[in-house]
Amino acid sequence: MRTKRLSEAAQQLVFVGPAMLVFGIVVLAPFFMSFYYSLTQWNGVTSEVKWVGLDNFAYILTSDEGFRTSFWFTTRYTVAAVLGSNLLGFALALVLTLPLKSRNVLRTVFFLPNIIAGLLLGFIWQFIFVKGFAAIGQWTGLAFFNLPWLGTASTAFWGMVIVSVWQMAGYLMVIYIAAIINVPKDLLEAAKIDGANRFHMLKSVIVPLVMPAFTVCLFLAISWSFKVFDLNLSLTKGGPFGSTESVALNIYDEAFQNNRYGLGTAKALVFFVIVAAVTSLQVYFTKRKEVES
Amino acid sequence: MEETRYRGGLLLLEIVVILFAVLYFVPFYFVLVNSVKSFGDVMRNTAGWPEVFMWSNYARVWEIMRYPLAFFNSLFITVLANAGLVVISAMAAHRILRKPTRLNKLLFALFVAAMVIPFQSIMIPLVKVVSGLGMMDSRLGLIFCYFGFGVSLNLFLYHGFMKSIPLEIEEAAVVDGCTPYGVFWRIVFPLLKPMTITVLILNSLWIWNDFLLPSLVLHRPEIRTIPLQTYAFFGQYTKQWDLALAGLVLGVAPMVAFFLAMQKHIIAGISAGAVKG
Repeated sequence: MRTKRLSEAAQQLVFVGPAMLVFGIVVLAPFFMSFYYSLTQWNGVTSEVKWVGLDNFAYILTSDEGFRTSFWFTTRYTVAAVLGSNLLGFALALVLTLPLKSRNVLRTVFFLPNIIAGLLLGFIWQFIFVKGFAAIGQWTGLAFFNLPWLGTASTAFWGMVIVSVWQMAGYLMVIYIAAIINVPKDLLEAAKIDGANRFHMLKSVIVPLVMPAFTVCLFLAISWSFKVFDLNLSLTKGGPFGSTESVALNIYDEAFQNNRYGLGTAKALVFFVIVAAVTSLQVYFTKRKEVES
Repeated sequence: MEETRYRGGLLLLEIVVILFAVLYFVPFYFVLVNSVKSFGDVMRNTAGWPEVFMWSNYARVWEIMRYPLAFFNSLFITVLANAGLVVISAMAAHRILRKPTRLNKLLFALFVAAMVIPFQSIMIPLVKVVSGLGMMDSRLGLIFCYFGFGVSLNLFLYHGFMKSIPLEIEEAAVVDGCTPYGVFWRIVFPLLKPMTITVLILNSLWIWNDFLLPSLVLHRPEIRTIPLQTYAFFGQYTKQWDLALAGLVLGVAPMVAFFLAMQKHIIAGISAGAVKG
């Protein structure tokens, strides 16, 4: 009996121990430490950590212009990028589940931007906005391409949105395709016999049955957009004049550029609460709309 | 009549989508074609074909970026982090699923709940933990961090997949005298192969392309990964588009090659990962 207990304990240690150890050190410890550091003033270099109570949070909520601007930018950007990428991804999925001859190649083309690091995509598009659009503008004479794309606050905002939609749509398309293929054929046949046209079939049969895919895709798009960092850093670096700075970039700069680690940690904690709340609310609401086929 | 109209409509739709796909690809055309131009050619003639092919751009960038070294660093980190993650998450998932004690249920809930924590929320104290453990500026230290950040999702995916493996197979192996370790490695782990492929693909896309975490942990130029090295290079050669673009192409190339070789698995892996996630 004793040896059995011993062997059980050993198995628990061997099987779960390593996972628990790395997870505890890399995720849990920093997470709990951040509660403490958010209440301090700390420059990250010296060991001198000064307790300031809730001052950091008070500062963030009342007088931190930069955080407020970045939060507002991130919210608008998330709404536009999530809507755009899901609409485009779903539309592409609908078209590329039809019996088109070139559909496999087309799926590959639309998916390709996803395998490239966001950081590199930002640089690629920086070139497109600065030089490529100008060249197209000269060639076609369209005013759209002659705008100072990364130079003003509103065009830089749309620049971020365009690149994000361009990248995310293909990934979401793959998930939507998998869901659309799984819609039972007999249901579509039955709807057709009942005289439903294409629009009705889409609205009353396909959309309700691919609801689980909407849950997943909205979740992915919201959490990617809200946490955007790499693309932001390489495409606009927050500019012009901080107008396109994401919350993640604002936190990063506060800690690693301004060396205000305590304040940065407090912002990071606020950020965590918001991301957790937004994504759980979204999953809760779309889950309620899912139906069984 | 109905039939031909339908086919005609489909053909029209196909042409529209192909045109859209060409538009989608324009950024890649611009980058590729300008990466082999001279600087003056890039400035004067951005949209057109190169006057002279300047393959020497690539040779220069290859040297300046120390490309082979960066490639090796990325590969080393991605491979080792993947190997470790597969082992620790599959083992933990197996034990947690088959021995649902109170402790294990709690641990599982903890792993899953932690997936909502954004990386940026804990990166500041993480830097302190990493340097406290003496893992700063080391590739192995970075790999250790990937273990911690990847284990939640990997464990969750394995846990979901393992439910479909019949318990009877494992019990039969025990009756035949297999130890618990033998049951896992000889019976269960081979059956996990489809999920292992999914996990490997999701991890590889994430780790190879990751920028923020490596930028916090790795500092010495000799141990930088491809994204870090591209960032440093791009910072030095801003506006020198001929070299910068060749650097970007070199940065992007390995992942594109990987994708074209593994396309089926990648697409399947993403669908599977999304359904479970």
